[in-house]
Amino acid sequence: MAEGVNVTGSLRNRLAVSLIGGAAVLTILLFIVVRAYAAQIAQQGQDSILAASVSSILDAAILREGTVEVDFPYASFSMLSTDADDRVFYAIYQDDKLLSGYEGLPHTPEGAMARTVHQTASYDGVAIRSATDVRTLVGADTRTIISVTVAQTQDALQVTLADISRNVALYGTGFFLLSVLLSFWATATTINPLKRLTSSVTKRGPKDLSPVASPVPVEMASLVASLNRLMGRLDTSLHQSEDFIAEAAHRVRTPLATVRSHAEATLQRVDRDENRQAMRAMIRAIDESSRAAGQLLDHAMTTFRADHLERTSIDLVELLNELVLRLSPVAEMKDINLTIIADEPVIVEGDSILLQNGIRNLIDNALKYSPAESDITIRVAASPRPSIQIRDQGPGFPSEGIEDLLTRFSRGDNVKGIIGSGLGLTIAQDVAIAHGGEISLENQPGGGACVTFSL
Amino acid sequence: MRYILALILCFLPSFSIAQEWEDKQLFQGENARKTLRVLSSTDTAFFAPIVEQFLARNPDWSIEYLVTSTAQIDQLLREDPDRFDIVISSAMDLQLKLVNDGFARALPGIAHPSWAQWRGRLFAFTTEPATIVINKAAFNGKPIPQTRQELILALRQEPDLFRGRIGTYDVRQSGLGYLFATQDARASETFWRLTEIMGSLDARLYCCSGEMIDDVASGKLLVAYNVLGSYAATRQLNDDRFEIILPSDFPTMMMRTGFVSKHTQHPDAAEAFIQNMIDIQTSGAGAGSSRLPPLYQTSETASPSVIVLEPALMTYLDKLKRRTFVKEWMNAVIQ
Repeated sequence: MAEGVNVTGSLRNRLAVSLIGGAAVLTILLFIVVRAYAAQIAQQGQDSILAASVSSILDAAILREGTVEVDFPYASFSMLSTDADDRVFYAIYQDDKLLSGYEGLPHTPEGAMARTVHQTASYDGVAIRSATDVRTLVGADTRTIISVTVAQTQDALQVTLADISRNVALYGTGFFLLSVLLSFWATATTINPLKRLTSSVTKRGPKDLSPVASPVPVEMASLVASLNRLMGRLDTSLHQSEDFIAEAAHRVRTPLATVRSHAEATLQRVDRDENRQAMRAMIRAIDESSRAAGQLLDHAMTTFRADHLERTSIDLVELLNELVLRLSPVAEMKDINLTIIADEPVIVEGDSILLQNGIRNLIDNALKYSPAESDITIRVAASPRPSIQIRDQGPGFPSEGIEDLLTRFSRGDNVKGIIGSGLGLTIAQDVAIAHGGEISLENQPGGGACVTFSL
Repeated sequence: MRYILALILCFLPSFSIAQEWEDKQLFQGENARKTLRVLSSTDTAFFAPIVEQFLARNPDWSIEYLVTSTAQIDQLLREDPDRFDIVISSAMDLQLKLVNDGFARALPGIAHPSWAQWRGRLFAFTTEPATIVINKAAFNGKPIPQTRQELILALRQEPDLFRGRIGTYDVRQSGLGYLFATQDARASETFWRLTEIMGSLDARLYCCSGEMIDDVASGKLLVAYNVLGSYAATRQLNDDRFEIILPSDFPTMMMRTGFVSKHTQHPDAAEAFIQNMIDIQTSGAGAGSSRLPPLYQTSETASPSVIVLEPALMTYLDKLKRRTFVKEWMNAVIQ
């Protein structure tokens, strides 16, 4: 279908690859963004629990008789329980002096802090997240600042993040696969008008060079317009060739006929033997030229039409009757009896001009090679295939190289002295093949050739 | 001679520090070449079957079993974490804090329900209730109190009978006693009323459950509060002079826990020891051979009265919280 076409790349592949590539990039972006966002949310969750723990400890801090007491509730640490059993560290400072808890925690000394400070740090070799807040206790004559830090390892957070990452990766993959399916669907939908155009052009009849009328997408409009113009030009040029062939046939044959009739008339008038001889040779040459011109035009016509037959219903018997009628003057000159044997009309689908050309050339051959006062029998049969059999009583085909006769410009080696171009059988065979048939040549047992033209 | 005596006197204090174990015993495997040092608060008699089963399966090991108080365990390990391979204690709070502070080694090979372990390092292997132990003779003919409230009423009705004959843990000395007391205080205000009554009746303070049970059996004490039920039950097998009461208002249950020291020289053997201990205490078949109560497993979760292994256990270990609690307790008990 695409032989001889210079193909690089595929629109469909290019479209699919860009759609899938786009989906892949979007999926990766989605994964990164969602994971970062989830990490932020999870961290916020841990931070708020740490802050709540800090504030519950700070709330319990009181000054009693000048001593700081921090009777914080069980829930202060209970709320820090996680599935991964994260380690908990805390420190309670009074004016930068460690009252209780762990030393060395990220501790923010005094300073006007409006809200809880969160920090990520390393403690005892592990990463921790801490929350620190301060509160000023006012006693009878003292003022003291209590600072509380609660810190926690991030094992549960990591587990949560790993879960989220896995889920996001799963969803991302799902969406990606869905996008791939959608990409294929979108590609197919986009490519469809092109396919439709291709099939509508491919399915056209040989003579159909009319413009494409079915609607096409706007992107294909100019292509189709160009195609339509090209077909228009092709149509015009085809018609011109056909006209030219018909014209040329006419122009060549008519003057030759005129020259021949003049030559014949002259032959009647000359008396000298050598002149008559020359005239006869001239007439023979004219006949040869006329015949050759005719056959060349027939051959050209056959070649031209064979690619796109104009099939109509034809009655072979009627066609033969017409041909015989037209050829009877020639037959009568040689006293040859042309007989058609047919019981009933044989209707075939075919190109009438081509069939006429082909069969005329066969009968022409038979007339040419038949001796005077002989019979040519034309038998038309409808079954097993529509066929025409022409028998003459001439010399028949040379026994050797019978098949070669069907090639162009080849003639039998037993026909010296008879005018011929070697195109007759070729034309007939081209016509038969164009109609899906064949020609077979054989010699009759009692002498004479038998040609069968079957469709 | 004077010099020798002086030398002995010189060494005596350090000698006595080295000898301060409540008990110290070496269990030898058949082909023992290496030794695991187990630091424990559990009496040797209770723990021996677990050790012996381990040695039967691992004959090339021997176990040095060192018993001391829960508070002492905490102190010893913090001072010298390299000296011990395995730490067993009934004070869940101290144990959890040791793990939290990074003294335990992760044992990823051990599968244990999440409620019975913490961080894959601390593993619970018994469930033991805090009980009230009473002298049968003293309550002859009287209704036996089933709750703390009923105990308060009984004490109030006959203060003269009970004066000086009530015992409970000295929470300043005993880690387990402190754990029981703080958990009781969390659960109900009744604890403080009971403590006040016991204080007003000149309660005697003990370091250990064993001695309280001895004194109740002998009649020196009539009532002992927050006695370790497992010890009492074992003693009751051949001594019926006392009765064990599981307070029905709110039972307090403790889980004995163990972990492998982070600095152990024998991580594989230590892990195998913990695994073996858990196997004995959780499989119904092995439970018969153990003198410790099994890990109480009814469902996916621990029984609601069991103290939860969670960071909140560190709350009462806080210096300020402990100071406040002990002060309040002393106000109630020592009047």
